[in-house]
Amino acid sequence: MEYKLKEVASVIRSKNSGPYELTFDVIFKDFDMYEKVKKAKSINEDNFASLYNIPKSDIISLVYFDPAKAVKVTIVRPIPSGALGETDVYGAQQHAPLMNFEFSI
Amino acid sequence: MDELRILSPTAILGYGFPMESFEEGMKRKPHVIAVDAGSTDPGPYYLGAGKSFTDKNSVKRDLEIMIPAALEANIPVIIGTAGGSGGRPHVEFNLDIIKEIAKEKKLSFKLAIIQSEFEKDFIKEKLRKGDIEPLHPAKQITEEEIDNTVRIVAQMGEEPFMKALEEGADVILAGRSYDPSVFSALAIKEGFNKGLAIHLGKILECAAIAALPGSGSDSMFGYLRKDNFVLEPLSPLRKCTTLSIAAHTLYEKTNPYILPGPGGAINLHECEFKQLDENKVQVSGSKFVPTDEYFVKLEGVRKVGYRTISFAGVKDPIMISKIDSITQSVKDRVVNNFENYGLIDFFLDFKIYGKNGVMGMFPHIEEEAGNELMIIIEAVAPTQEQADTICGFARSTMLHFGYEGRIATAGNLAFPFSPSDCKMGEVYEFNVYHLMKVDNPTDLFPIEYMEFNKQS
Repeated sequence: MEYKLKEVASVIRSKNSGPYELTFDVIFKDFDMYEKVKKAKSINEDNFASLYNIPKSDIISLVYFDPAKAVKVTIVRPIPSGALGETDVYGAQQHAPLMNFEFSI
Repeated sequence: MDELRILSPTAILGYGFPMESFEEGMKRKPHVIAVDAGSTDPGPYYLGAGKSFTDKNSVKRDLEIMIPAALEANIPVIIGTAGGSGGRPHVEFNLDIIKEIAKEKKLSFKLAIIQSEFEKDFIKEKLRKGDIEPLHPAKQITEEEIDNTVRIVAQMGEEPFMKALEEGADVILAGRSYDPSVFSALAIKEGFNKGLAIHLGKILECAAIAALPGSGSDSMFGYLRKDNFVLEPLSPLRKCTTLSIAAHTLYEKTNPYILPGPGGAINLHECEFKQLDENKVQVSGSKFVPTDEYFVKLEGVRKVGYRTISFAGVKDPIMISKIDSITQSVKDRVVNNFENYGLIDFFLDFKIYGKNGVMGMFPHIEEEAGNELMIIIEAVAPTQEQADTICGFARSTMLHFGYEGRIATAGNLAFPFSPSDCKMGEVYEFNVYHLMKVDNPTDLFPIEYMEFNKQS
């Protein structure tokens, strides 16, 4: 079946984790879907890197966190918070590509 | 002591809280009122410029309620990361507010002031000893880079707070602090489990942001027991759910299972979240795992120059279709114009809203443009005057730039304001984000005391 992430998640967000990292949280609506996604590894290093057009080596961690039925991905910030050329000091609006992320299980 | 109760009035000192929530908190007889007053989130400017990102009146309003209530209940007030960034000027900003309150309200109390800003020579000496290492993805630092740094602070753990409490402080005002420390210090001093105390602090530091619906300007209450802790929002409008609390454990962290801090990390692999009733959640299983050596996190910024910006809108569809080549041509013209004049050291950027402006740090992930654009022309140069020159010249060049296919020949930009250009002042960037090995995490952060009494 085809899914769009924003249809099965209750939270999709991005934020700084310190000035040199960006971290993305996806919290699923229910444990059923979370378990399916976790089992299929529908969100993984390969498709996350291609979604954001970044090298896989920039992904610091990609963790499935059971207590919150969440996936958390932390990456090296392409530009540190507030450095020249940067566009989102708090990193709070970098999540939009994830909302339209499509996957099939 | 079987239970230690902690009141966290607000997510950041100055963000405010409803009086009803605070009073509910005081009814529960807290042993301490603690508040985090800062963050690196607002970016490098505030640490560099020595300014607070929170407003003086807003901070005073919060403290004017917290300090007298705590003195009356005979419990301490602990403030961490004073003035937003925790440098000396930031501590001074907050100290002035406390002095005003003490005088106006005729209060008597003992204030501890803990500093966290370090001299460059001290940091350089630590670097030479091999005690400083970069925190990935920051790079190793050099002595020259330390010289370029405007201000360096270190995040203190709970130890300096414990010392100030032992020495009888009623109010503690501290520089840069690891966020949970202000909440965990009294608990650790009283012998409670360190893993639970710090994890509780991690959640309390954002107050009601961890509740549903979340709020940065409402209070949260924590009950710490021998083998668990409980969170309760103080407004009837909010609830703590296992999901809201577990989700908050993710917030602003790299890895939700391991949360590193001064002297060690909390390990949440065996952590359990349990719904106690409609609005309370109990957490257990959080463990503190100390590191062999004690490290504190350093934060520092260097000055990059001065910034001038200009805003302008674009509606012309032909211009929008050619915007990338136009900005490149304008950049080339600016460089070419000032090359021989000797003005060559500057940064010129165009932030194009309506065409991947928000996510500009990820180039080429979305190429579609909207039907109108907002362009921010940004110039950063060694002096404000030079930044004005570059920004102004880029603006006038772009306004009349004759791009290929142009049919609107009167002007390319819609300026919403006159004047069109805006001086933004000093620009800083983070250049220190490193771990520093320390022998004594208490003495590293000097404490001084100040006595206030009604008569003075």
